[in-house]
Amino acid sequence: MTAELTDATVENDADEREVIVRVRSLERHFPIRKGILKRQVGSVKAVDDISFDIYKGETLGLVGESGSGKTTTGRVILRLDDATGGDIEFEGVDLLGLDHKALRALRPKMQTIFQDPHASLNPRMTVASIVGEPLREHSKLRSAEQKARIDELLEIVGLAPDHANRYPHEFSGGQRQRIGIARAIALNPEFIVCDEPIAALDVSIQAQVVNLMEKLQKELGLTYLFISHDLSMVRHVADRVAVMYLGKIVELAGVDDLYDRPLHPYTKALQSAVPLPDPILENMRDRTILEGDIPSPSNPPSGCRFRTRCPIAQEQCKSEVPEFREMRSGQWVACHFAELDSQENAGG
Amino acid sequence: MTDVVLDVEDLHTRFLTADGVVHAVNGVSFDLHAGEFLGVVGESGSGKSVTMMSLLKLIPMPPGEITAGEANFGDDNLIEMDHEALRDIRGGRIGFIFQDPMTSLNPVITVGKQITEALLEHTDMSKSAAKTRAADLLDLVGIPDAAQRLKNYPHEMSGGMRQRVMIAIALACSPEVIIADEPTTALDVTIQAQIIEQVRKLREELGTAVIWITHDLAVVAGLADRVLVMYGGRIVEEAKVDVLYSNPQHPYTRGLLGSLPRLDQKGHELTSIEGQPPNLLTKPVGCSFAPRCEFAIDKCRTEMPDYYELAIGHRVACHVNLDTGEPR
Repeated sequence: MTAELTDATVENDADEREVIVRVRSLERHFPIRKGILKRQVGSVKAVDDISFDIYKGETLGLVGESGSGKTTTGRVILRLDDATGGDIEFEGVDLLGLDHKALRALRPKMQTIFQDPHASLNPRMTVASIVGEPLREHSKLRSAEQKARIDELLEIVGLAPDHANRYPHEFSGGQRQRIGIARAIALNPEFIVCDEPIAALDVSIQAQVVNLMEKLQKELGLTYLFISHDLSMVRHVADRVAVMYLGKIVELAGVDDLYDRPLHPYTKALQSAVPLPDPILENMRDRTILEGDIPSPSNPPSGCRFRTRCPIAQEQCKSEVPEFREMRSGQWVACHFAELDSQENAGG
Repeated sequence: MTDVVLDVEDLHTRFLTADGVVHAVNGVSFDLHAGEFLGVVGESGSGKSVTMMSLLKLIPMPPGEITAGEANFGDDNLIEMDHEALRDIRGGRIGFIFQDPMTSLNPVITVGKQITEALLEHTDMSKSAAKTRAADLLDLVGIPDAAQRLKNYPHEMSGGMRQRVMIAIALACSPEVIIADEPTTALDVTIQAQIIEQVRKLREELGTAVIWITHDLAVVAGLADRVLVMYGGRIVEEAKVDVLYSNPQHPYTRGLLGSLPRLDQKGHELTSIEGQPPNLLTKPVGCSFAPRCEFAIDKCRTEMPDYYELAIGHRVACHVNLDTGEPR
């Protein structure tokens, strides 16, 4: 069995909510080549058959550890990287089928905020030219209008108009991330992939940036794919959360279900691994410590990929890939042995 | 009270750079008791690492310069010791664990050799005894097939395993103190949990005093006995772990705790600390945190606050009583 959402179930889920991004059976395999002839000897299955929807106006959190494929997923959705299989629809348009020109026309609607504001801002460009670049490329604004828009954007993200003529190195990490955000919203996008947008920032600055992103989402009606390894921050920002492990989504649920009633053993272990800033709770907690390391994505375990570290794995997990199934309304899990608690079972 | 193993008094460290003088550590005093686990929390530029590196002259000098202070370790003042004498202490009586094991382990020497080297350097052990001890150490830090693993090179191990090797090397000579600088920051969260669990166990078994430097208040919550919070090259608050998290009295500590999202709580509003981290190129006149502080009064901008002892072991460098809003 492979992970597959049927269109019928999606329509049920989406009764009131409009789907902005629809991902089906998405794959991104990187070839491994060896020898003089560069023959392909295998592949790294960075993203391997994942399906999910992103609803308009929501924040979908995408969490996982290194090598889980979360960043590749974000890049493929924006077509910054090429999928090797599956389908992506953006507002009903088949994204993977678009030619260069059609894709370029769609670009203003889909933007990205990168992790490292040091690396993603051109050090030789002023703030005004960085923020104004998308306007020059994609809008028909005249230069005075562009300048006014740049001033407006800087104000929106909490920078001063006189910052416009400075260079990125004159700013702290948090301010640089604000510049990156101003650039991302310059063309009034609908959908932004945020790839670890706060991971490089100090704790006291993280909250500033996240609060700004939440404010912008409300005011501009943005949809976010929020990619992060920080489970606590994802709980704070996300409406729904997908958990990835070795190229697969193992669980997808509304944020409260995922954190208060997780069903996949990996989700449970991941949460149990996150330390809490409270000594009393920390000393009372029951911990599930996962053994071993994350296997290499070039040679993932057969059957369920998590089975080599799973506390409840059995024989079946070796041979059968678990089906991605809906166990509670809106809560999808890929595990043979995930169980609802007894009351829920009795209640149907 | 237990014995004090390390007593640091009024340490000042600065760096002479092309841009000017960086005032990295501006008068840090603390002590460490035998067997104690001390958490040191701060953001980048707070001086938490430079403080600890200064103690053993592990900062590059020049441009680094320790301009004042003492660090009494047993009968010695580390600051006045020459490099030769410090070499005996580094890796011997004081062990180190760094953030990134890949840069602190030698890539062309097997991990076994790197552990035995430390033993041969600092003890009178024979080669074969050192080899046995190395295997025991790997076993102690939770590496399976320890004897086999001695033959591995660092790149043949995962990040978590390499950090365990670092811990084994730090423990090799049964040090009195271990200084761990962000030892789990580069690791995935499930691997971090493994390392923390291992450290928890080792602490009970060995009773070594630990200084654990981190930017993450949550990491030390379940480990530390006592926590120092640093900002702008100074300790701004010090308290027993339960007091610090339940009754923080410095506005920066409060701000940090308020800006942390919680895994166990639904989306409450994050109260961010406005403004930017301090510019270390100017010598602080008043409190470094004053420009970002909602409680700041005029005095804060002109006068460096002294420490106020609020209870035994709880001190705070702040002019204002946060509960009343009045000057102390």
